[in-house]
Amino acid sequence: MTPELQTRLETLTQSHKIVVFMKGNKLMPQCGFSNNVVQILNSLGANYETVDVLEDWDIRQGIKEYSNWPTIPQVYINGQFVGGSDVLIQLYQEGQLAEMIQAAGVS
Amino acid sequence: MISPTQVKEMIQGALPDAQVQVNDLTGGGDHYEVIVVSREFAGKGLVQQHQLVYAALQQAMATEAIHALSLKTLTP
Repeated sequence: MTPELQTRLETLTQSHKIVVFMKGNKLMPQCGFSNNVVQILNSLGANYETVDVLEDWDIRQGIKEYSNWPTIPQVYINGQFVGGSDVLIQLYQEGQLAEMIQAAGVS
Repeated sequence: MISPTQVKEMIQGALPDAQVQVNDLTGGGDHYEVIVVSREFAGKGLVQQHQLVYAALQQAMATEAIHALSLKTLTP
């Protein structure tokens, strides 16, 4: 990964308290897994930003290397990688996700 | 495309003690649901647990032989 892309991804992941790298956007998720994450965050009333990886191949591949996580979507809270669809669902079901969002002060 | 047996073998290659259940969600050999039980997960966070399994499937994921993977990790 080029240093420029690394910096770009660092900036993006810290551009908002919650950032979701996904296929599509909040209104038009283009993939079931990305939709899972959008529905969960919406149900918790979280304030989050999205990055549509379908619009930028470098971001789509780079983010996987950046987090050492091979799939999309990817959720970041305060610049930290939290997980993909499966992890989000499990954190949500266990009530931890609501706490994390409260702690980040974005609900 | 990849067979459920291959998925199981790849995971057990990295996690020898793992009990692995593989469900082909669509019959197309590229949308899988996998449940893995292993002592290796003990004391690790969810992300680290899943990363262990993803590392075992790295090749299949990178080539999109596995396009979609629903993953559940458990300790015995």
